[in-house]
Amino acid sequence: MVRIGKRYHFSASHRLHSAALSADENRDVYGKCNNPYGHGHDYVLEVVVRGAPDAVTGLVVPLKQLDEYVKREVISEFDHKYMNEEIEAFRHLPPTTENVAAVIREKLARGWRAAFPSSASLDSVKIFETRRNMVELRGEMEGQN
Amino acid sequence: MKITRRAEFSASHSCAIQSLPAEENRAIYGDAANPHGHGHNYLLEVTMEGTPDPVTGMVMDLKKLKEVMEEEVVTPMDHRFLNHEVPPFDRVVPTAENLAMEIWRRLEPRLRTSNARLDSVRIHETEDLWVEYRGEGRS
Repeated sequence: MVRIGKRYHFSASHRLHSAALSADENRDVYGKCNNPYGHGHDYVLEVVVRGAPDAVTGLVVPLKQLDEYVKREVISEFDHKYMNEEIEAFRHLPPTTENVAAVIREKLARGWRAAFPSSASLDSVKIFETRRNMVELRGEMEGQN
Repeated sequence: MKITRRAEFSASHSCAIQSLPAEENRAIYGDAANPHGHGHNYLLEVTMEGTPDPVTGMVMDLKKLKEVMEEEVVTPMDHRFLNHEVPPFDRVVPTAENLAMEIWRRLEPRLRTSNARLDSVRIHETEDLWVEYRGEGRS
């Protein structure tokens, strides 16, 4: 088995705020990230695919196909958007890096099996919000099998 | 405990299956199918896993690791056109996947020691693309 990691870039804004908390509590929990007008990041998404390279092509997954899939499912929806307002999943869910990673993983996993050969599985998803903070999601992904 | 050493080499390659017409290769490999080749600054990360020797405090002699990486990978591959100058890439397509597996095959037999073994070979083709191989049956 070989693992292959490909990075993608998108820029988006967000505000961390939970409707379940008071204004003071939100400020306490999220600090500056709770500022009412939101703020942005240059996110890096690393998609890791696991599989045996095809005996003829030598590829775990054709990169062109992976690029098109990730751009269609994620980048086109997230790039240059205000996540809280423009991405359905974050209307009622704070777009923390953890939740952004989970939502992206779910989007990638949903159509995965139909788009790629059975030998290639989605291994993990990593999101860098800045160069200094990162969330990784590994393990079983729904919709893949 | 794991210990990782990096090395860099620059090489060119062309990704195409000889028996296929140019347009099919382009559909599979995109720009990488250009028959004249193109180059990368490859970054290789070799990770050893083992227990530090109680006397030396080392999992692996890093001088030795550096020498093996130089002899097996950097010297034969640096500033070479992989398809023409580095077997088996005259017959095997030099994708990043195949390159990682070939580097493993070259390094693994020379990196067996009493307290450490080769854990993984990771090759970064660009800042946005890496491939990792951990040996047959491991992922």
